[in-house]
Amino acid sequence: MDVLYFAWVRERIGLPKEKVESQAATVNDLVAELSAREDRYAAAFADLSALRVALDQELSDFDASLAGVREVAFFPPMTGG
Amino acid sequence: MRIAVQEAAFDLGAEANAFAAGDDANGAIVTFTGVVRDLANGDLDVMEIEHYPGMTERALTKIAQEAKDRWSLGDVLVIHRHGRLAPGDRIMMVATAAPHRKHAFEAAEYLMDYLKSRAPFWKKEVTHSGAEWVAAKDEDEDALTRW
Repeated sequence: MDVLYFAWVRERIGLPKEKVESQAATVNDLVAELSAREDRYAAAFADLSALRVALDQELSDFDASLAGVREVAFFPPMTGG
Repeated sequence: MRIAVQEAAFDLGAEANAFAAGDDANGAIVTFTGVVRDLANGDLDVMEIEHYPGMTERALTKIAQEAKDRWSLGDVLVIHRHGRLAPGDRIMMVATAAPHRKHAFEAAEYLMDYLKSRAPFWKKEVTHSGAEWVAAKDEDEDALTRW
């Protein structure tokens, strides 16, 4: 699946987008896999209450299933307007 | 209904005129424009606005459609810019047309409340001394509860 990062999450992890091969069942599982990779991921995902997640471009939750999902995006709370 | 996500500046007057043109069914047209506000110390050089191409358009369309479903709106316009903006630049505008003003005003407020915290934009303030992401405000999230 494609994993996208925006705003300070993108800066902390150091890239806007990557392909991830994962069998993670839920967003939380994916976060755990990524956090175990390298410190920069662990730092970005340290406080999930400061993050939002979108699955296939719809806002979702960290306990949501990744079944059939092609695009996951992590970002801080939005500041539009 | 028109949703535009763009880097380029927009002409507020031309957009408002085009939105209002030829409409004799709607007696009320409300427009709101957001402007890049300088910091209190006049320190802001640039406001960088990042967004999520694809999701942004979907989220704005959904919010506008919800407003249309909720109030009897003749039309809705949302324009939101991204990229590097300077203090005083116009960031975004919404316009609503309705038979009566109450619906036009309420729908415009609803659009603003939702696009502040449900449309994937992120603002970064660049000053002489560095750059900082703008934090979301609790009051913006709280504003959604009134709808």
